[in-house]
Amino acid sequence: MRLRTMERHLNEVLRSIWRNGWLSFASVVTVAISLFILGFTTLLVLNINSLAGNLESGVEMTVFLQNDASPGQIQALGNQLQALPGVTLVQFVSKEQALAQIRQNMGSQAGLLSGLGQDNPLPDAFQVKAVNAADIPALAGQVEGMAGVDQVRYGQGVVEKLLAVTHWLRVGGLVMMILVGISAVFLIATTIRVSVHARRYEIGIMKFLGATNWFVRGPFLMEGVTLGFAGSLLAGAVVYLGYSYMVDAVQTTLPFIQPVDASATLLAVVGGLLVLGVLIGAAGSLLSMRRYLRV
Amino acid sequence: MIQFLNVSKHYPNGVRALTDISVAIKRGEFVFLVGPSGAGKTTMTRLLIREELSTRGQVIFTGKNLSRLKGREVPYLRRKIGMVFQDFRLLPNHTVFENVAFALEVIGAPGRDIRRLVPGMLARVGMEGKKNQLPSQLSGGEQQRVCLARALVNNPLLIIADEPTGNLDPDTSWEIMKLLADINEKGTTILMATHAQEIVDTMKRRVIALDTGRMVRDEKGGGYGRAVENNGTSS
Repeated sequence: MRLRTMERHLNEVLRSIWRNGWLSFASVVTVAISLFILGFTTLLVLNINSLAGNLESGVEMTVFLQNDASPGQIQALGNQLQALPGVTLVQFVSKEQALAQIRQNMGSQAGLLSGLGQDNPLPDAFQVKAVNAADIPALAGQVEGMAGVDQVRYGQGVVEKLLAVTHWLRVGGLVMMILVGISAVFLIATTIRVSVHARRYEIGIMKFLGATNWFVRGPFLMEGVTLGFAGSLLAGAVVYLGYSYMVDAVQTTLPFIQPVDASATLLAVVGGLLVLGVLIGAAGSLLSMRRYLRV
Repeated sequence: MIQFLNVSKHYPNGVRALTDISVAIKRGEFVFLVGPSGAGKTTMTRLLIREELSTRGQVIFTGKNLSRLKGREVPYLRRKIGMVFQDFRLLPNHTVFENVAFALEVIGAPGRDIRRLVPGMLARVGMEGKKNQLPSQLSGGEQQRVCLARALVNNPLLIIADEPTGNLDPDTSWEIMKLLADINEKGTTILMATHAQEIVDTMKRRVIALDTGRMVRDEKGGGYGRAVENNGTSS
């Protein structure tokens, strides 16, 4: 496109956006809300995933042994565990060590344990670490069937629950984003329709003067894209500033939670929002032009 | 340059705007298209700029069958045809200069062409002194001059004028007709639909008369109403 044409189109676009006033404003805000929901849920999901990842990678399994297991059986089981593919570390924790560990954890309240007398209710156990956190459930299944094993424990539940939460967040966020996004597309389409209507006389003249279809469409496409982009800038700014603020707040009040703070991630999310804003704007324009701009 | 071969145009609502029109117009001719309102004059011009397609028959312009023209070729057809209207169709909030420049802008002409061509064209229609005025500040005749300048600035092969004097008083009408004759003199073909009996009778050009969609006369150097019953219903 020639520079002169570009300049012409841009002038038309700005005039049109100004003339459409509230409609332009509503379009921009709707795009912004839709993209804000998307950006916000995306960051939330990323954080929960990372949290779940941390929990998962911390998981090791504990293999409790039957009380009547003989030292020979324990020895054999230890070797068997060590030989499993994907297992990195196997450590034997005797019932005495376990009790001492509990006593230590309880500190000043350790006196409560004196009621046990000489009895130790704890079983012997193996601590098993795997290379891959995801392998643990399968490994646990295998180990449960081995001779002398009473029970296998790992972080069953917590990780699954977190992942379920992210799943629903993702679905819910996406559904909301799509609903609001569709309204944004239609609102932009309406805005463009009003613009086309306002300029129908001029369009008629352009057509008999031999303007190509894309020359006629150009300003309307640009108008939609501009509205979409403005909305995405707004959403991007809110997401960027809001998230930075939240990260600060979380880090001071809940120091044990590590939010995803790679600014590269945040920038990628914001960049994605900008691209989507442009696409929403273009979709709205094209929809309207198909129906109201017969060229 | 223009050929209508057994052209009929029927609208979906049952109106038969044109029935079996066959006519040929050569390059450089000046042709009046006459007939009462609703005779099909405007439909003929619409077929020529491919605003509409014929129902039957073929419209040929510079050797191209317009029914076979692809949608994206239509703008390039229209660049070869300058249009002049009874109601001028100027952009109200653009100056005289901008209105003429608009014809070049919409076809993507560079700024230097616009600066070079527009003043010359305004001088040719005698409007160079009012290039910064808005259409609302001009008389009807002046607006029609601007319209002519806009139609001419792309150097078209054909000018289609649809009742160009319809809104003008007789004196002003003659000024416009002199301009059109001058333009024709320099080689541009002119097809003018009109009700202006006096103009047609005086100019002694080729006359094609339509009545209720049929061609009833095609006469070189003819008058307005010789073979066609003209009951004065011109509007």
